[in-house]
Amino acid sequence: MTVLSLDALSVSLRGRPVLRDATLSVGAGELVGLIGPNGAGKTTLMRAALGLLGARGRSSLAALPARERARTAAWMPQSREIAWPVTVETLVMLGRLPHMAGGQRPAAADHASVDRALARMELDPLRHRTATRLSGGEQARVLIARALAQETPLILADEPIAGLDPAYQIATMQTFAGLAASGHAVVVSLHDLPLAARHCTRLVMMDRGRIVADGAPDAVLTPERLAEVFHVRALHRQTEEGPIFQPIEVIR
Amino acid sequence: MLALGALVAALFLAALAIGPAGAGPFQSLSALVGGDGGPLTLIMREIRLPRALLGVMVGASLGLSGAAMQGYLRNPLAEPGLIGVSASAALGAVLAIHTGIAATVALGLPAMALAGALVGTGLVVALAGPRGTSLTLILAGIAISALAGALTSLVLNLSPNPYAANEIVFWMMGSLADRSMRHVWLALPLMGAGWVLLATLARGLDALTLGEDAAAAMGIRPARLRLALIGGTACVVGAATAVAGTIGFVGLVVPHLLRPAVGARPGRLLWASALGGAAMVLAADIAVRVILPERDLKLGVLTALVGAPLFLHLIYRTRREMA
Repeated sequence: MTVLSLDALSVSLRGRPVLRDATLSVGAGELVGLIGPNGAGKTTLMRAALGLLGARGRSSLAALPARERARTAAWMPQSREIAWPVTVETLVMLGRLPHMAGGQRPAAADHASVDRALARMELDPLRHRTATRLSGGEQARVLIARALAQETPLILADEPIAGLDPAYQIATMQTFAGLAASGHAVVVSLHDLPLAARHCTRLVMMDRGRIVADGAPDAVLTPERLAEVFHVRALHRQTEEGPIFQPIEVIR
Repeated sequence: MLALGALVAALFLAALAIGPAGAGPFQSLSALVGGDGGPLTLIMREIRLPRALLGVMVGASLGLSGAAMQGYLRNPLAEPGLIGVSASAALGAVLAIHTGIAATVALGLPAMALAGALVGTGLVVALAGPRGTSLTLILAGIAISALAGALTSLVLNLSPNPYAANEIVFWMMGSLADRSMRHVWLALPLMGAGWVLLATLARGLDALTLGEDAAAAMGIRPARLRLALIGGTACVVGAATAVAGTIGFVGLVVPHLLRPAVGARPGRLLWASALGGAAMVLAADIAVRVILPERDLKLGVLTALVGAPLFLHLIYRTRREMA
């Protein structure tokens, strides 16, 4: 089942094209890793897909009414903003806003999904702590829980694992993989190619505003593309522990 | 929330009962309700009741719009005057005094102040653009405030006699003295509309805790939110300034003070701040009558005198928490 489809989506900012003819379709059960060097257009692709940016072309998501879109896709921006010293529980409950009518108090179902999101991110001990006083990594997990509480078929996350320690990076990727396995669709942008190669079911590689490759990790991470797009050489081995991928050196 | 409501009710009764006429509280209140046609009934209905009602209305307006502004800008230092409404309303009022409209036309002063607020807000909206960010809104507000302030100074500068200048200066200090029920009826429809507009913000302000992008993705329409904020603030602060002059620090201090009590939730803070603002202005207005009854101490002076040290204390506490 297709959850998101983009057709020739293009964005120009100040007359400069930053996203060109992005055509992409994401189905339920997929964990799509969006990779590419800085400035390749990963964030722009996701924001345009959500309709947060004016774009030419078509996005199935941006075409939805605002309320409907909020029940279809959860968005985690790269800037991890928590403006007020609210408790972790309150913050995660914000994910339920699209499911509540104006002025409505959270119902039992809302509390249940907040509980599930907190449990999934192992945040139960922090539930009543003030979110702004947590460490950066803890805040990142709280914000992921907020997106999970929205309980949408599609999750779009912009560099959700940046700044997390190795254990939580792996745990977070496993959470996303688990969501995909249970029928969600997840699109994450990330710079960590080893984790992308290992956990994503599919990789979409971007360079200078274009999608240059799209497919299974092994098919996308070829030595030629790594050299051309990322300017690196990498070691790529299939082992009993799964695929091992490690960038080794810069080539210019 | 309940406690705040009770506090406002108690202060409202106190504001009705305390005054220079020297009647006991029960006597005053029964004169207000019973209405025997005597002088005390007249005092209660024509002087104290409008004054207490305006205290509640102005305070609630300032508190509510302060909480809305802080929530929208995600900055605890924001206050309702930031978008230039109070400065341009003051300019309108000052022009009314200067040209004599205030003295010759009934309600000329508040009407001119409202017109000033309208023009100022229109300019801010035009300057900030329909799809701008919160930064362009602040910048436009600062520019309009500065311009209105400069023009107010110019009017003072060119004022033909010291009495007119004196009147302008005293008006600008803010007061609820000598207001009538006509002021209440002039301000109430506008303030009511503004309260409704600002109340619709609660959900959007909650979502904004996660930033503008995340809020937009949660179905909040940023342009509409902004328009409701500007429109609502213009209504309530414009009307408040028109009937009471510029009363500072209420919109800044009250939301800040009540934030911990509502778990920092910006949506809940709206109503708490409305009640808190009403309580603060009522208390301050009682205080100006009790402390220096014969010297006409101005309400705006007192709120600033109380508000500034309170704010310093809050900063000190915040600093300690951050360390």
